[in-house]
Amino acid sequence: MTDPTGSTDTTTTVDERKGMSRRRLFGAVGAGAALAGAGALVGRATAAEPPLTHGDVVAFRGEHQAGVVTPAQDRMHFVAFDVTTKSREELEALLKKWTVMAERMTAGEQATPDGAIGDGLYVPPSDTGEALGLAASQLTLTIGFGPSLFDDRFGFASKKPAALEELPHFRADNLDPARSGGDIAIQACANDPQVAVHAIRNLARVAFGTASVRWSQLGFGRTSSTSTTQDTPRNLFGFKDGTNNIKAEETDVVDENVWVASGDDQAWMGGGTYLVARRIRMLIEQWDRTVLGEQERVIGRSKGSGAPLSGKAEFDELDLDSKKGHDPVIDVDAHVRLASAQELGGIQILRRGYNFTDGSDGFGHLDAGLFFIAYCRNPQEQFVPMQLNLSRSDAMNEYIQHVGSALFACPPGLAEGQHWGQGLFT
Amino acid sequence: MKTMRRSTFALASVAVLPLALAGCTEKSTASTDDITVTASDETCDVSADSGTTGNSTFQVTNNGSKVTEFYVYAEGDRAMGEVENIGPGLTRQLIVSLPEAGTYQLACKPGMVGNGIRQEFTVTGDSMSASDESGQLAEAADGYRRYIRSQVVALQDTTQQFVDAVKSGNIEQAKALFPVSRTYYERIEPEAESFGELDPKLDLREADLEPGQEWTGFHRLEKDLWVTGPQPDTNAIADQLVVDVQYLADQVNAEDYTIDPTKIAGDAQGLLDEISTSKITGEEDIFSHTDLWDFQANVDGSQAAVAALQPIIEERNPELAANITQRFADLDAELAQYRQGDGFVFYDTVNEQQRQELSRKIDALSADVSQVQGVVAGA
Repeated sequence: MTDPTGSTDTTTTVDERKGMSRRRLFGAVGAGAALAGAGALVGRATAAEPPLTHGDVVAFRGEHQAGVVTPAQDRMHFVAFDVTTKSREELEALLKKWTVMAERMTAGEQATPDGAIGDGLYVPPSDTGEALGLAASQLTLTIGFGPSLFDDRFGFASKKPAALEELPHFRADNLDPARSGGDIAIQACANDPQVAVHAIRNLARVAFGTASVRWSQLGFGRTSSTSTTQDTPRNLFGFKDGTNNIKAEETDVVDENVWVASGDDQAWMGGGTYLVARRIRMLIEQWDRTVLGEQERVIGRSKGSGAPLSGKAEFDELDLDSKKGHDPVIDVDAHVRLASAQELGGIQILRRGYNFTDGSDGFGHLDAGLFFIAYCRNPQEQFVPMQLNLSRSDAMNEYIQHVGSALFACPPGLAEGQHWGQGLFT
Repeated sequence: MKTMRRSTFALASVAVLPLALAGCTEKSTASTDDITVTASDETCDVSADSGTTGNSTFQVTNNGSKVTEFYVYAEGDRAMGEVENIGPGLTRQLIVSLPEAGTYQLACKPGMVGNGIRQEFTVTGDSMSASDESGQLAEAADGYRRYIRSQVVALQDTTQQFVDAVKSGNIEQAKALFPVSRTYYERIEPEAESFGELDPKLDLREADLEPGQEWTGFHRLEKDLWVTGPQPDTNAIADQLVVDVQYLADQVNAEDYTIDPTKIAGDAQGLLDEISTSKITGEEDIFSHTDLWDFQANVDGSQAAVAALQPIIEERNPELAANITQRFADLDAELAQYRQGDGFVFYDTVNEQQRQELSRKIDALSADVSQVQGVVAGA
């Protein structure tokens, strides 16, 4: 895989039979040795790089944050925090601490040197231990800051980007405040769910007194491909999702639609992006009682191949004008039509969502759906018009309900010596 | 309660020497050296503002209408001695050992609320305290044991009053006394849990019952008072409560009742865990909704346990000591919003968001308190 956007996606391929286990890595680096930056472990990518394996390390530092155009991993644990302290210094100290831990964990190390068992019998271990012996699993940790962080508490008001305006109410939104918003978000993605959960758990536990978990979401089964090396996965409606998604390899498209340019808005956001999270409950019981023809009409694609109804193969161009008799082949309110760049004057977003199933709702229905994540250069100009269009007339609305919503500004990647959120404090 | 066994590592070879100077409360005749304390609902008049190192004896008389408490604090609100549950019109004696010269604080707490009415008490003279490490630990253990014993004295008194009200059919009075008597139990619950089957007898919740298990203790009476009304065996259950509390008193007052210094930090943590698991959710006092009394008592007990270790924490990790003090203050301030009269509002009036805020304050405090054991153990 070539690496067009800097070193975000440089990876180290290790012995595939063993992966880079936390224990083995620990042995290799030596007890208590500080990791001398990701560069110590992670080589620069070369054009002839082999495809990623499950055990790989994704570089933590680079021009952009990892976890955006990184080929989507299989699992996600997403968390939103409320900052509970009123002290700017405490907040900065936490972000520094988090950075150190995040860099260690993405490299497949324990959150703290030998923290699981090396602190002695009389203190709670500083690493919770459940990832001991597990590979790095391409763990990425991506941080974002919500609009609420830019109030008068920490003196960030003048740093607030215009694009970080709260999202408007969309038709039929049924948002639970307890699953929405947040001052800070961290997206953990990995190929092993235990690795993702371990990362979030350890970051959350050192935050007590400074920040507190507001909501969190586990996701399984990526619902979008973000690289041409990946097959298109299926969402819980059973349809291929993300066929027309932006792919990491399309660097011009990524630069145009995903990364904030240095002159766009606030200087600290240059090279960053905006994360829109929507917890979309799928009314799967109703969907599962819907005949195949209707399912395909609602989506606008064939369920088997993923081809648009106007075409034959998955990646055939959407032909929104093709007719069958007097009627359009792709229905006027089909999901793919309303979400298409053609229909939206060229708007595109990078989707990176995950399926979820969180138990059941007491009515004999699964609480399941899509944890939608989109990365875009300006949510007000990309996500908002798209969602206004979809919420107004998407045939799919009959089968979904948006129950959680959040927006975060994700700063650019870190250079050596920098820490998360540094741009806010300077 | 939800039974929690927080085992604590005993420190190897720490000799806990019972100090000869133990604060104790007893009814005895006042001597001329005694310091008199005259308390009312608004005042706390003390006949002397200074003393010498060694033992000081206070005679505390409550002329007010509220139950009061009297404390002698060293820096950091470390209780050097306390006498609890001084009812209107009563006089209680407190003999307290103040081994170090310095400025102490005396406090009356009418209604058992807040920081109390305070004044300084200056002590001069030669140091009488142990300076070696094991001596420090022994002092901490001794101070905490003193605290445990003083709480049990108050627990016996208030439980007797509660039981009398139950047995005389005075439901309203019994309801009012229920959370008050529990306070003294909840402050020392981890210690009570160390006596085998005692804690389940006293504090089992209906949800904790196994099939066929007899349900006794506070929560059984709680259900009788708030839900079903008196049952044929209510009085027998009430009598059993007195017997079980007496058993607790016998245990903690035994000559050989000692406390491992490292266990004190475990207790401090255990009390906070109690809140997180069953108080925050409102499961503890599910019929009466008096959870906030228990909540405050757990916090008080945790703070007392930490305070017993304060000199050690101060010395070895002053930053942690300062953090913990601040976190306790934050939590107390949060709880103070819910005070009403001599007690608290009922927990079913505390909404989800308010509970969340309490929970966050507990988490913040617990994270710091969890480090204390390592500091004490010298890790």
